[in-house]
Amino acid sequence: MALIKHNNNSISNVTSFAQIPSGTPILISTQTASGSASISFTGIDSTYDVYQFEFINIHPATNSAYFQVNLSIDNGSNYNVTKTTTYFHAYHNEAGDDSALEYDAARDLAQSTSYQDISYQTGNDNDQSASGTLQLFNPSSTTFVKHFITNINSYSDVSGTDYTINTYVGGYGNTTSAVDAIQFKMSSGNIDAGIIKMYGIK
Amino acid sequence: MALTKLNNISVEDVTSIPVTLGDMTLVSSTTASSSASITFTLADYKEYQFYFVNIHAATSGAEYQFNLSIDSGSNYNVAKTSTAFESYHMEDDSGSGLVYQGNADLAQGTGDQQLFRNLNTANDCSYSGSLKLFNPSSDTFVKHYIARGNGFNTTPLSDDFNVAGYANTTSAVDRIIFRMSSGNIDAGKILMYGIN
Repeated sequence: MALIKHNNNSISNVTSFAQIPSGTPILISTQTASGSASISFTGIDSTYDVYQFEFINIHPATNSAYFQVNLSIDNGSNYNVTKTTTYFHAYHNEAGDDSALEYDAARDLAQSTSYQDISYQTGNDNDQSASGTLQLFNPSSTTFVKHFITNINSYSDVSGTDYTINTYVGGYGNTTSAVDAIQFKMSSGNIDAGIIKMYGIK
Repeated sequence: MALTKLNNISVEDVTSIPVTLGDMTLVSSTTASSSASITFTLADYKEYQFYFVNIHAATSGAEYQFNLSIDSGSNYNVAKTSTAFESYHMEDDSGSGLVYQGNADLAQGTGDQQLFRNLNTANDCSYSGSLKLFNPSSDTFVKHYIARGNGFNTTPLSDDFNVAGYANTTSAVDRIIFRMSSGNIDAGKILMYGIN
């Protein structure tokens, strides 16, 4: 019986399979927070059309902090890309007596280089965290601004009351320079724990 | 050196590979170049996900939209009922809000479903987002869809546009078309993934 080799010398060294569809989303990197001031992904390039980040149980060290994002055009030396964004959320407290869908003009950005909030007052009790996703489109383009959309649900502590808060942020990094790095942090204190996965889609 | 077997008797017989590949398959990818429309043929995936990367209109103020066919593309006119809302914010901070967009929803309409309104044609402006279409080949259920994207409006603002609805047919949907309300799709890329 002939052994079918897959472009490499042995099976244990196989790094790619020609017959696997190349369009499958690829897990590029996973980072796990542990008392982290921030988590950055550098080396973003033109390999993928869409970069998708999955946030799994982002747990702040400081109660009621906001999970935030910013972009870089100098491979992480500075995270200060100008952004215009929108921010709205649906919320509901555990007592069931406060709920709404509302735009939050205090959390959006208008041509600002500040970090963008993408969760709302995430609690730091042991069972509290934020989870969701961010999609960044064609970051390496030198023609277009850089659109991104996020959706994160947070178990939040708002003035001592527990809420579920489903936050939607959309916007663009208003630059035609290539975005090559992205950073996540809390508005106050460290990211105590949590996992961030970066996928590439093309 | 030990031979690493892959759950099967031999390499010849491998039918699955124990590494994470996800369950999405890239079915097709098309890059627009002054295209009047872009169409995709649908088969029997349980869900399709379309990614729109920097869709750039040729005509200022055009709407980016889609429609569906149940007759292999002879007609794109499936009845649809949908909702639409948007979150917007002006670059000069002079206005922002979350509003229902009654000009983009449909009530059993057979016309195109808008995915974004009033596209800006400046060189750095475009629309990017995604559309999920569920089980289009079903002959039992209506065909649900959900879309969300961010674009650059004719006025300088960020616009987070959200659309959801269903094609009200129990016939199999076998084609989808993307086009502008006016003029061509000047540039942009559409990726179509299938999920089972």
